[in-house]
Amino acid sequence: MRTRLVIGALGLVAGIAVAGALVVTWHVNAAGAAGPFAMHVASASDEPWITKTVTACDKKKTVIVEGYRQGAVLPHEKARQVAKLLMALMKYCDYRVLARLPQQETTVYLSIEGRPFVEMREVEQNLPLLLVHGGVPHTEREMRVWAAEQKRVIEEGYNLFHGSSLGTNGISCDMCHPNASNTHPETYPKFQTQLKAFALLRDMINWCIENPMEGKKLTGDDPKMKALEAYILSARAGKALDPGKH
Amino acid sequence: MLRPENREKLFTSLRQMSRREFFSATGKVAAMAAATDLVMQFGHHIISYAPHSFQPVELAYGADKFTFAYVSDTHLFARGMTHRFAKAAMKAVQDVNAMSPPPDFVLFGGDLAQLGQAEELKLGKEILDELKAKRYMMVGEHDWYFDMGEKWRELFGNPWYAFDHKGVHFVVLNSVIVEDYWTAPKMKPMERMLFMAQLDNPKGRPFTVGEEQREWLGKNLAQVDKTTPLVIFSHSPLYKYYKPWNFWTDDAEAVQKLLASFTSVTVIHAHTHQVLTNRIGNIHFHGVLSTAWPWPYAPEGLPKLTVQMDRADPFNQFDGCGWGNVDLLATGQANKIYRLWDRNPTVVTAAQMESGKAATPGPSY
Repeated sequence: MRTRLVIGALGLVAGIAVAGALVVTWHVNAAGAAGPFAMHVASASDEPWITKTVTACDKKKTVIVEGYRQGAVLPHEKARQVAKLLMALMKYCDYRVLARLPQQETTVYLSIEGRPFVEMREVEQNLPLLLVHGGVPHTEREMRVWAAEQKRVIEEGYNLFHGSSLGTNGISCDMCHPNASNTHPETYPKFQTQLKAFALLRDMINWCIENPMEGKKLTGDDPKMKALEAYILSARAGKALDPGKH
Repeated sequence: MLRPENREKLFTSLRQMSRREFFSATGKVAAMAAATDLVMQFGHHIISYAPHSFQPVELAYGADKFTFAYVSDTHLFARGMTHRFAKAAMKAVQDVNAMSPPPDFVLFGGDLAQLGQAEELKLGKEILDELKAKRYMMVGEHDWYFDMGEKWRELFGNPWYAFDHKGVHFVVLNSVIVEDYWTAPKMKPMERMLFMAQLDNPKGRPFTVGEEQREWLGKNLAQVDKTTPLVIFSHSPLYKYYKPWNFWTDDAEAVQKLLASFTSVTVIHAHTHQVLTNRIGNIHFHGVLSTAWPWPYAPEGLPKLTVQMDRADPFNQFDGCGWGNVDLLATGQANKIYRLWDRNPTVVTAAQMESGKAATPGPSY
């Protein structure tokens, strides 16, 4: 069952909603405490219905409060709802977010970076995953881990490819495939005529291990197989996919 | 164009011809109007004609037609006669021994061993000793960089030398000399060898012929008449094809300069394991096949004249591999025959190369 946004009726001074624009540094605060952000409230008089828009100090998070006339003071409960909502929206960091707060409902509709409005659920726990990674850019640390893991596995594949450990006769993959040339990973999967079977790249890798290299084939989920595929594919980066090409 | 110094010789030779020889010769010219390779022989005097103009284009003296064979890039491991590369090398030796008529001699193009091990080189010698024809040896980087050629020289002698055969001057070079990058980081012999053995090694250094050999070559060629056909053997191509795989000789231009003044120059090189044809000025270049495996064509730099061999079938050990022979024509120029196992022979003629006809685009790799 859908959980609607329920706003607690804690004491937030209504006046805050009509205060002029204040620049207040954002900091994480206990939920419900007054003043984690400054709000600029203005009326949108060109709208057919009267709304108030409340914009956070980053100028990127805006709440449209529907059903109020110009100059009207927001009821305490509503002002508190707006404040809490803006605080929650700060999770979206640098994105521009427009939140629509209908007068008669407690449901909130969000538009992120100009995308269509969607209904928000369980706003206090989970903001909607409208953007990859929750709309939050990857941190530098995440990027470093990502790049390091990519490099590690490709290098492992490079070493397997350029060494003779997968076979028993001294032969290595790079002897026939310098820079992974002639491996054509972009043409898989395809019917491999010589195998008389529909094959993945890994099937052909195993064929080479078992035949010219006279080694034991790897299972599909063997880390060595993953590494070989990672190296081969990375070496052919930029090549257009052409599955089934002979 | 007939060279001025040769024009006089030609007319002298024509004047010295009997009336019957002369008419026979002119008749042949007419008969060969549509032929692609117009070669006429007046006794020991050779004249070839460009088909479009019937102008004599070249003269060479004293060359007799003959054939030599080559076997190359066997890359043997010290794993006995049952290893697939040893079997392939023996297959080539048997094929050459079966040639009829037999070749005048056999050139081995280098990379006899895979990792420069004494056992590998000895196994190679054992296999090549089965050749019936006289054998000439050339060195490759796989033979050299474990012990810097010590074992190879013990088994086969000096890696660079020259010899004459039926009016043709042959030179064998060691073109795999690389600047010392191993002493400073204290690389062990096997580390150095593996470093050199990896074709796509991004830290590799380019091959050279080197100043010492170029000086020797200059002196050697100074003794040779400019009209004498030259055939040069090098392991790496004596031109610049693709540096990341060392399909390359860094001082190629300096070597080419030493060859430029000769009328007919053919360079036979190994290392690239593929049908490979190039022409720079008067110099014709032919790559040779490996018995062990075919290299793919490099992603760029392929010489225009090369008619690419088809992509090898990995399911057939011998596809894209083989041996070959070279027919030295009476002009001193060469027709190159690739004896691809399990495929029809590929012939690259001197006439095709002289025509400079662009090659048919081959498959993409």
